[in-house]
Amino acid sequence: MAIEANGKTFETDEEGYLTNLGEWEPAVADVMAKEDDLELTDEHWEIINFLREYYEEYQIAPAVRVLTKAVGKRLGKEKGNSKYLYSLFPYGPGKQACRFAGLPKPTGCI
Amino acid sequence: MATLHTVNKSPFEKSSLDSCLAYVKDGSSVLMYEDAIYGAIKGTAYADKVAAKGNVNFFVLGADLKARGVSEDKVTDGIEIVDYAKFVALAAENDNVQAWV
Amino acid sequence: MSEQIKKFMYINRRAPYGTIYAWESLEVVLIGAAFDQDVSLAFMDDGVFQLVKGQDTVDVEMKNFSPTYKALGDYDVTNLYVEKESLEERGLTLEDLMPLTYEDEDDDWAEKDSIRLVSRAEMADIMDEQDVFFSF
Repeated sequence: MAIEANGKTFETDEEGYLTNLGEWEPAVADVMAKEDDLELTDEHWEIINFLREYYEEYQIAPAVRVLTKAVGKRLGKEKGNSKYLYSLFPYGPGKQACRFAGLPKPTGCI
Repeated sequence: MATLHTVNKSPFEKSSLDSCLAYVKDGSSVLMYEDAIYGAIKGTAYADKVAAKGNVNFFVLGADLKARGVSEDKVTDGIEIVDYAKFVALAAENDNVQAWV
Repeated sequence: MSEQIKKFMYINRRAPYGTIYAWESLEVVLIGAAFDQDVSLAFMDDGVFQLVKGQDTVDVEMKNFSPTYKALGDYDVTNLYVEKESLEERGLTLEDLMPLTYEDEDDDWAEKDSIRLVSRAEMADIMDEQDVFFSF
């Protein structure tokens, strides 16, 4: 499988995650969001960028409960809850946001 | 005949390095790489075993030390740190290569 | 009301890159952390090499997963037992290991060490208290 973004082709796995996370660029997230009928706002980008930083530091995509706790700590309590995160990413803040961010499926998501 | 002996298993888990040291002849060389680099750490039983083989040349692959977080100052004196190019050169210089897998 | 909480111990006895065991163990720990159990990790024999600081795999072109151990605290995995004798036999001390910490929810989020240095005899006692082992 593959997606087209910014005039380039990006290979994805059978679940739609980027095969090579080093290839990621913001346009990939925009295209993936459009396919899910979402328009990315600054609030979405805050979480996507947070996930990319988390991956950079720990080399894993965090499980939802870990993401929720970490977002609450770093971006404020009003954002560190699953209601807020699901309102941004209806298919699951772990799975959907990680996919947009070019990360693998979260470790510990079951 | 000069032989290059290569070892790639941790000596704390497998006997490859001990076996190699039991057979290596004076004038030959031993190269430790992958998990065998743990045998090159100072202050272990293997540091003494290396020191006891005064007429054998010892080498350790720098890339594998770096990957495993073993800094160069932790390497037993008398073991030369080499890169991949030197690994190839050693294989070419010696009459034979024996891999203790 | 709830099921009995069991004591799970993951036994890590392999060096990090020569085989896949260390990474597999870490992944299973992170996945298993979703279940509410009393989880601890034991590092003994070559397993102590997994926690050595300063790992840099760029020249060997493998994934450096050592930073992932730092995420264990976020996953509420906070008991990492490291065996002293295994370190000593390998020319290592606690100073050679990555500092790993967690924030204690019950103590105003104070940062605490996850690594607990134990003797072989103490490790044997800790192992004796476990309900389930996962061996890697």
